[in-house]
Amino acid sequence: MSSHVQDLKHVASQNFTKKRLFSFGVPAVMLAYLTVIFFAFDIAGLSERADWDNATSLVADTYSYKTHVARDNRNGEITIAIEGEKKGRYPQGTAPDWVTLGDTTVIELREGQQVIFSPQEVRYDIPGYGLVTAAPDRSGVNAVLPAGDVPDWINVSKNRLAITTDAGRLTVTRNRAEVFRYFYGWELFFFTLDSPYHGLPTTEVMARALGGEHAQIWEDFWSNKMWRHADVAWAMGETILMAFLGTMGAAMLALPMAFLAAKNFAPLKAVRFATRRVFDFVRGVDALIWTVILARAFGPGPLTGALAILITDTGSFGKMFSEALENVDEKQIEGIQSTGAKPVQRYRFGVIPQITPVLLSQILYYLESNTRSATIIGAITGGGIGLLLTQAMITQKDWEEVTYYIVLIILMVMIMDSLSGWLRRKLIQGTQSGH
Amino acid sequence: MTDATAPQGMSPDLRADYMNLTRRKRLYNGILLILFVALMVSGFQTADRRNAGGFWDGLPHVFDFPAEVLSEAWEKIGALPANLVTYFPSLVETINIAGAATLLGALFAIVLSLLSTRGLARWPRLIPLFRRCLDILRAVPEIVIALILIFVLGGGPVPAMIAIALHTVGALGKLFSEVNENASLKPLEGLESVGATWGQRMWLGVIPQVAPNYLSYALLRFEINIRASAILGFVGAGGIGYELKNAMSWGKGQYDDAAAIFLLLFAAIVITDQISSHFRNRLTHGAVS
Repeated sequence: MSSHVQDLKHVASQNFTKKRLFSFGVPAVMLAYLTVIFFAFDIAGLSERADWDNATSLVADTYSYKTHVARDNRNGEITIAIEGEKKGRYPQGTAPDWVTLGDTTVIELREGQQVIFSPQEVRYDIPGYGLVTAAPDRSGVNAVLPAGDVPDWINVSKNRLAITTDAGRLTVTRNRAEVFRYFYGWELFFFTLDSPYHGLPTTEVMARALGGEHAQIWEDFWSNKMWRHADVAWAMGETILMAFLGTMGAAMLALPMAFLAAKNFAPLKAVRFATRRVFDFVRGVDALIWTVILARAFGPGPLTGALAILITDTGSFGKMFSEALENVDEKQIEGIQSTGAKPVQRYRFGVIPQITPVLLSQILYYLESNTRSATIIGAITGGGIGLLLTQAMITQKDWEEVTYYIVLIILMVMIMDSLSGWLRRKLIQGTQSGH
Repeated sequence: MTDATAPQGMSPDLRADYMNLTRRKRLYNGILLILFVALMVSGFQTADRRNAGGFWDGLPHVFDFPAEVLSEAWEKIGALPANLVTYFPSLVETINIAGAATLLGALFAIVLSLLSTRGLARWPRLIPLFRRCLDILRAVPEIVIALILIFVLGGGPVPAMIAIALHTVGALGKLFSEVNENASLKPLEGLESVGATWGQRMWLGVIPQVAPNYLSYALLRFEINIRASAILGFVGAGGIGYELKNAMSWGKGQYDDAAAIFLLLFAAIVITDQISSHFRNRLTHGAVS
């Protein structure tokens, strides 16, 4: 008896040691792996490679924009353009209310500061520092600064003067004097400068819309050259279309094939084996490789993306559907058979109703997840919102557009997520009560 | 068939109602089907129109490119082992990106899922907040974060790792919190009665109960993440995807490299799928040994 107890005690303490080893071992292994990764990915050297200027300009651009006021020093011509873009240029002779045009142009910056472009020189009176003037001509910018050390927010040389303050930024070169003034928000989001509705208060626009101008207002908003709302809407539609066509096509292709791969429907082992290997193959090749291959045949566009999703998911659906088919209840099929139903009718009334909830739930789940995949595939194959996103990123300056697209993508995925969840609950409950 | 299900001897009124109901249901189903078919057809036509090459023109050429790659690889079959060796390190990098991202993502997901499960949360009032966080993390496609981080941090594996890890936190966090909801609260009460802190209660009371399910989901995520990491490589985040993009851009005459990369990627995906599904089966159906 006591030896039995001893044995038990021994086993118990052995188990404890094992458990203890395990619970210290697992975190230790994880830590070791992360250490390896730390060196393999050279994370220590990351801070050197990182470009924090990029990060600050990115963050600043997402919530603010700048308007450029530039003077060509050779002919005195003034150009005012939002973000310095042609699309955002004020028509010649017009200016926002903080710029006074004339022989001498006065540009009001924030905090009551002013930059003055007079025919001979550029003047910037900086509170707490003093007056800076520059008289650019062929010999240089001829900058005159207050006596003393030059602070680090002023960069001056023979041919260039750059001043960065909280209120804005002034750059003078021999040929050009330019002022940036920063504003919060996204520029020209609703109407561009050439629209009569630009700068009107919201209430006024609403009033005019009710007064019968709604078509014109919508047209101006929809064809906004800066933000291209119509193109963005199209791109979102394309992305959803890719996901929809890919998922539904895959499901329609996979369902008949799944019968060939299910033990209880395909009596021939060779057929079963072959079909399953096909599923494994198309799944294993992966959407990336399919995209690359299909882009060669069909060229860039949404169809290529849809087909890449279709092929990959045929494998996943085939596998899941055949598993669902193997779990169907034979009794219902027998019942249908006993009424003299032909094979097609047996499948239609005996099998399909049983697997519909599983099928629908999987399809809807994939539809949601494929919306995300379609964004990524679109970036590779060139279609949909993914393409717009990469294009905006490549220019490396339209970060407000990047932010806009990201917000739209997140909203799209979340809406698809809740829509698919809602449909899933609705349809599955419906089919359950229906049978 | 529907006639047989209607009980005998019911009043003709009821019978007519029942038939009406069935007919209406069939009508709705028919309308839904027509709507679906119309959506598919018009969707296909739209996609076809907006594509650079048409579907019917491209269809006969689907296998041109694979055939070209294969025939070229076959001609240079002698170079294949050397190519496989050349690209193996980048495959390892791709797998490491996925592995590190899954591990980091899973660790954060555990914490966030515990914080967003009713009954376990440290601050029950903040549950909706943590849930929203998980939703947003899940909704952001990896490529978005990866591209931004590539801009800031430069190319390489780190942006991809962070991007995949963030998405993994969201995806696993949701699954983990569903698992947590089924955990028994009794061990927690026991631990609480001896004065255990929140961290100790979770670590000793919850984690041992749910660890097998966590592991099973994490393995499934790892499979998905390998694919994601290969794709992110293609947009500039290092690993085998990056090499594939380069090999593709060299064009004709260099497809033996592309073939080696295809082969490595395919093998990696299939092998991890097999291993992970084996372990997942063992975890969910109990050990066989």
